[in-house]
This record gives sequence, structure tokens and C-alpha cells, in this order.
Amino acid sequence: MSDLKKLFTEKAELVSAKVTSIKSMDEAFAYAAKYVAAKSPCELLIPSSPDAVQPEFSDEKILAAPELSDDQYAALAKACEGTSVKLIKSGMRGYMAGIDAGFTIADGGLCDTGSIVQQSNGEELRLATMVSETHIAVLSVSSLYEDSIAAEKLLLDLMDGVAYTAFITGPSRTADIERTLAIGAHGPLELHILLLED
Amino acid sequence: MHNANNLKEYREDMQEALDNEFLRKSMDAFAVGYRINRAKAFADINEPVLIKQIADCKDYAVKNNAALLKQFTEEAEKRGVHVHLAKDAEEANALIAKIAKDNNVKKIIKSKSMTSEETLLNHYLEDEKYEVVETDLGEWIIQMRHEGPSHMVMPAIHLSRYQVQDLFSARTGRELEPDPEKLTKVARQELRRDFADADMGISGANFCVAENGHIGIATNEGNARLTTTAPRIHVAIAGIDKLVPKLTDALTALKVLPRNATGQTLTSYVTWIGGANECAIAEDQKKEMHIVFLDNGRSKIAEDEMFSQIFRCVRCGACANVCPVYRLVGGHKMGHIYIGAIGLILTYFFHGEEKAKNLVHNCINCGACKSICAGGIDLPGLIKELRARINQDSGMPIETTLLGKVLKNRKLFHSLLRFGKWAQTPMKKGPYLRHLPLMFMKDQGFRSFPTIADKPFRDRFSEIKPMVHNPKHRVALFSGCVQDFVYPEQMEAAVKVMARHNVAIDYPMEQSCCGLPVQMMGEKQVTIDVAKQNVDAFEGTNCDYIVTLCASCASHLKESYVELLEGDRDYKEKVKRFSAKIIDFSSYVHDVLGVTTDDFNKSDEKVAYHSSCHLCRELKVIEQPRNLIDMAGEYAPSAEEDVCCGFGGTFTVKFPELSSTLLDKKLTNIEATKAKRLVADCPGCLLHLRGGSNVRENGMKVTHIAELLAENLK
Ligand code: SF4
Repeated sequence: MSDLKKLFTEKAELVSAKVTSIKSMDEAFAYAAKYVAAKSPCELLIPSSPDAVQPEFSDEKILAAPELSDDQYAALAKACEGTSVKLIKSGMRGYMAGIDAGFTIADGGLCDTGSIVQQSNGEELRLATMVSETHIAVLSVSSLYEDSIAAEKLLLDLMDGVAYTAFITGPSRTADIERTLAIGAHGPLELHILLLED
Repeated sequence: MHNANNLKEYREDMQEALDNEFLRKSMDAFAVGYRINRAKAFADINEPVLIKQIADCKDYAVKNNAALLKQFTEEAEKRGVHVHLAKDAEEANALIAKIAKDNNVKKIIKSKSMTSEETLLNHYLEDEKYEVVETDLGEWIIQMRHEGPSHMVMPAIHLSRYQVQDLFSARTGRELEPDPEKLTKVARQELRRDFADADMGISGANFCVAENGHIGIATNEGNARLTTTAPRIHVAIAGIDKLVPKLTDALTALKVLPRNATGQTLTSYVTWIGGANECAIAEDQKKEMHIVFLDNGRSKIAEDEMFSQIFRCVRCGACANVCPVYRLVGGHKMGHIYIGAIGLILTYFFHGEEKAKNLVHNCINCGACKSICAGGIDLPGLIKELRARINQDSGMPIETTLLGKVLKNRKLFHSLLRFGKWAQTPMKKGPYLRHLPLMFMKDQGFRSFPTIADKPFRDRFSEIKPMVHNPKHRVALFSGCVQDFVYPEQMEAAVKVMARHNVAIDYPMEQSCCGLPVQMMGEKQVTIDVAKQNVDAFEGTNCDYIVTLCASCASHLKESYVELLEGDRDYKEKVKRFSAKIIDFSSYVHDVLGVTTDDFNKSDEKVAYHSSCHLCRELKVIEQPRNLIDMAGEYAPSAEEDVCCGFGGTFTVKFPELSSTLLDKKLTNIEATKAKRLVADCPGCLLHLRGGSNVRENGMKVTHIAELLAENLK
């Protein structure tokens, strides 16, 4: 394992991210489909606002994958076929109550803190990664940087023009009640990082 | 929020905090846990280098603030953002209310922002009939309780899970369990609808990056990301001090900020927003984004040579995390809106002298905050200076003026001390006073007071002065008032140890009190006058070193004198020579004389050590005393050795309740080592520790480290 990959994995796991090595995007799609199908159904938070689309969560599990290319989306859809997973790519505002998982591709990784860097200019992507119970992100080993300073050029490029960029380090958490760590404050309860060897 | 009108009311407030057992326990656990986590987080980080980088960048940003604001504004406007500058809190609040009105807003969600706390934005918006919901869990909790934050990073740190349980049960109408994880889920659920329904989101900003018009926000919960995504309008409010030139500046500060705040390497989310992003529910599919920069006196402070360093603050809250006073009373008493060491200072500038005048006295000057600050701010130095400014504005309290007058006149001061010896006779009980003169009596019973010695050190010196031919160095002694008049035997012990090593020793008679006590009271002119007297007293001695047995004197003589006399042409050079020669006793015998185990008969006595604040943090003398102890006896380490004993000179008189609580903790830790001997390097600490041990009747022998060495000399 390369040093950066090793360091990234170690640091990401320290902040309770789940890191898995994969060899191809197909593996990533299969991982997501299988994981969501096996996952216990998402705990609905609110019946959203009354006039919003009321999500039907009875047997289906929702996997959102905005901003994939058409080919990628088709491949993911194929992986979800025949499972209880319903794949969507938009309309996230109708699902403010929560979905099972959001599937994204990260733009970079910061090894010293085990963070993924993700340009999230699109609203669908941002919401998908926030209201999902699990965020599954694919990260190429070739886009790992030692730390944020080393990634400066990438970051400045991502922030060119109107932009919204995130460093995401582990699942959402809080320690505001008696300083006791609680996972999943407002965002995902789990962060899965699929490290793609490329 | 701090609202006491005078020191007396403020003391009552603090008593209330001291009586809150949950708070005390919880803060203790936090303080101990924090140290461990922080140390781990910094393990592979070059802390001083990073802190210096942050300080330099922030200093640059303060000096070039107007240009950075201009650059930021251009970049942000290019990206469709409306940028505003508000001169004060009222203007900022009005601006934000107007944005809400113009956009027909009803519900507002907020992601944590200290700047909006500073302007009391929520009150303003609620008065204008907007529904405002805080979405950070801690903020949401205190919003429901109608309280201010008690910590900058953990706003609800003062509350127990049971209090949160009650609060949430009342809100949801369900009987909830006191389980933080489950309670967090409740907040997740309750707040989700607010995210969905809100028209406007308000956030703070940790950084405003001029080069690309981006703001950076660090959160753990992810609420900032939702707050800035779901509603159609986003307003960020930030002090102008949040401007930095480049992204790398922000990235550098981000290496320290979370590590210093909570011991995390990075918060779960760092969100960089540059411009009016996509928003499906907006008419043109674009979010309306505003940034309100708040001045509120900042540009004026930026011109203040001494205080402009407060803008190095990254609001990590670490100065509170390590403050022993904050640990006892919590943020509602140790601050107004901003809390901890930086809070005392910011309160003065942002909320006025009236709010700050009691708070600034509640600094014990232990230096813990300075040693941990992410921006390398000299917090205790600034707090001392604030006292002086407040005193100047409001007139000195009578005791301060009196002490000032006395101290300015060395002869008068010393005659009074000599007179004290006679005056105390009817109250003596062995080496302690049986009871204290009335003016000192109040609430000081937790500790016995020593009596004034029969003969001060200055009168004994000629008898014990060693005769040395061909000395290897010449040393002049600085005794400080306590060792001169109360504990001359400590000085004698030091002379005995040094005399073995062929050192010529001198004691200039014109020396006086070092002046730290009057500086702590805010008497700046007297501090300067006394400093000059001492510099003059040693100028003629032709010595290589000036050795002092008092850590507080040493740090004051070495660090503060140069600053105090810098502006004085006649003293500028003299004081540099003087300060360069100052050395504390332990460093002198350990590093310069190079004593070894061979100099001592190592006893098997277990000896505990109290690491005095001014020695370990200000002068960074850590190993020397411990090595010396191990040469003469068995060093028995105790828990929290370098936490302040609670003396702090005038602090112990002003806040006896706090002082005695700190002393109790200290002695409890020391007693746990089972040692029956305790040494320290500072007569103030010794007075306090010895007096406390006497009242506790713990049988502890409390002495200066010089006495331990002298007793075991071969
Ligand atoms: S003054 Fe220093 S330690 Fe205190 S909050 Fe600011 S940066 Fe942190």
C-alpha cells in the first residue's frame, strides 16, 4: 500500500469513517447497491413540510446519486436492479426527511486528517450528502494529498468562480451534551470511503 | 451573561457558581480530558511554528485590513454576493433585518456565530417578529433556556444531560431518556423541519479569504452546510478581523483551530462558500447571498499598538479550556458574551468598560492561556494593561493608591514592614498569625498567615556574606519583599548552597519590591517608578547574574521590565542589561553552577513539587527544579503539578473563595503522593501552600527548594 493511502486510511478510520479499497467503479456501484439493500430502513425524521412531496419509504430504500455521468448513473442503476433500492438523481428537496444513502465522487483526499474534499456546487449533491443516513464517496488514490496545504492548487481550482466546496472528515458529530460524543448530529451517521486504485 | 454592578456582587455570582457541584465536576473532567486530547492532536505538529505563522498572517491582515476588505468585496461581488460593512452592532442587526424584510422572510435558521452573539442579533430579529432558530445543538439548547453561551466552542458545556432531558421532554411532550446520543437524535429530528421551512439562513464565518472571496466555516454537526443550502437566502456575519489574504492562511489556521479547541485534528465539516450558489427554490435558481462585515470598534483597536494583537484570535476557546478560574466558575461568570481570557479583553472593547471592570480582576495571571493561545496573544499582559486603563478612567480605589504611595517610597515601605513585626506580636502563634488584622480578615481563614521575621534578610546579609577570593562569578541577589521580610531563611539557604561553589555574592540595599503586585492592581506609574529604582539599585553592582528565589519576581524583572521602560530614553539600555542578568535560583544552580548528585547527601525523603506558574510557563523552567529535588531527595510527582495554586498575589485577597478552592485542589493532589515535604520556587506560592497545609493540619513541611538543597548539602 502506498504511504499516502495507508496514512489516509488510518486517519479516516480514526474519525470513524469506513474505508474500503476497490479496483473499479463497477465495484463501487455494486458496493453501494448491496450496502443499501442490506441496510435497515432509514429513520424518517419529519414528514417534511406538508406540501412537499411526501416520500414513500415503506419497502423501498432510497439511494441518491446526483452528478454522476449518464454512463455512471446507468451502471449504478443496473447494480440496483432487482433489489429494494430505489435510485434517484434529483428532487432532493422532497426528501428532507431523510434518505438511506447518498453516492458521490470526491475530488481529493487530505491524508493528515483523513478528509475528503468535495466540490458541491450543485444543490442536489449538497442535500444528498446531508440528509442521507450514509454517505458513500468514491475517492481516487491518485487524488490523495499529504495535507490541505499540499492540495492548495486543487483547492484554488475547485474554488474558481461561484463555488461551494467541502472538507468532510468522518460522519457528522457533536459533543454538545456533557461532551459525550454523539454521531449524526444533522448530517450522515456513517461515512463510507471507497478508495479507488487507479 | 455578566451583569454584576460591582466586585461584591460579582463575588456573590461566583459563589453561586462554586456551589454548583455539577458544574465543578464537569469542568474538572473537561480540563483533564482536554489536556490529554490536545497533546495527542499536536503530537506530530510543529506547534510553535504554526502559531507564529498564524500570528504573522493575522498581524499582516490587521495592518492591511482595508485593502483586504476591498479585495474580498471585489471577488465576492464577482460571484454575485452582496457585501456590507456595518460600523456597529445596531447597524449590522438593522441591515440583516432589512434583508429579511425585503425578501418577505418569516423563518430564519442560524448556524453558530459568535459575531451574532456579540451583536445580540437574535433578540433584535425576534423583536422584529421573525422566528429565529439556532441549529447548532448547543446553541439550540441555550436558546431554549434563554441563556448566552458559556463556552465559545461548546456553548452548553455548563448543562447536564438531565437538564437537556427536561428541556427536550417539555418541548416534544414526550418523556425522554437522559442519553446524550438519543437526545442528539431528538434535536436532529426536531430541527429538520426548520431547515426545510426556513427562508433565510444566517451563518458566521471562521475565515474570509480575500484572494477568492470565499468564506470558510468549520462545524462538526453539519448544520452550517444545511443552513447555507436549504433556505433561499444566506447571510454571513463576520468581524472584519476574519479577513485573511490567502487560502493557505486559512488552511494554516485550520491546522491549529480544531486541535486547540477540542483536540480534534479537523472538524467534520469545513465548508467553503464563494458566491451565490444554485438554489432550486429561488426565482432565478440562484441563492441570494449577503456578507455583513462588522467593525464594532475593531478598526480603532487595530490602531492600538498593544491591543491590535487580539485580532490574532481564531476563537478556539483554548484560553478558557486551560484557565483555572474558568474551570471553577464557568463561562457565565468568567466572561460576558465572549468568555475566558480573550473574553475579558473583548468585553472591554465590544461591550464597554462597565461590563469589563469587574471581570478583568478575575485573572490570576498564571499564564496558562498565553502558553496555549493559537495566535500567541499575550493575554495576561493585555489584561494587566486593561486594569491600568480602567483604573485610570475610573479613579483608583483607595487601597491601591495607598499601596502605590507606600511602594514608591522604599524607606517608608520597609519601615512599615519593620513596624509590622512589633504590631503583630499580640497576634503571633508560632510562625503564624493567630488572627489577622481586621482589614485582612475577611474570608481569609482558609489559610494561616505567616508572621514577619524578627530580622529581615537585608539586616542579616552582612553576617552571612561569604568571603570569596577569585570568584568564578559575581552574583547579586534580588530577594523580593516576601523573602526579605517574611522568609529570610530561604535566602540564607540559597547563599549557603551557592557559597560552596566559589561565587561572590552581593545584596544591593536599595532594592525594593519588584512591583508586580501594584501592576496587578493596575497602578502603571508606580510599577514604572519601582522598576527604575530596582534597575538603579543593581546598576552599580558589576555582577554577572542577578539571582532571585522568587519565580514571580524573576518573570516580572525579566519579561515586564523591558516593556515597561522601553519608552524611557535613560533606562532603555540599562534595563536591557539588567533583565539579561536575571536568572531564577534553580536554573542558576542547575545550569550555571552545574551542581551534581555529588554535592548532596541524597536523602530518602519523598518530596512533592509545585511548579509555579511564573517559573514553568513564563520562564519555561521545567526540568531544573525536578532534577535538583532528585539530587537531594526522592521526587514524588503529583497530578496537575503546573496548575496554579490559587495565590496570584492580589487575587487571593480579592477572590478568597476561588483562591481557597484552587488551593484545596492543589493540596489534595499533593497529599495523594504521600510525600510529607513539598517544595516550590516562589515564596508567594509557599506562603499560600504552607498556610493552607497548616489549616488542613496535613503535617506537610513546605519549603523553598533552596532549603531542601541546603539541608542536604554534603
Ligand atoms: S485568545 Fe487565543 S486561545 Fe483564546 S480563543 Fe483566541 S486564539 Fe484561542
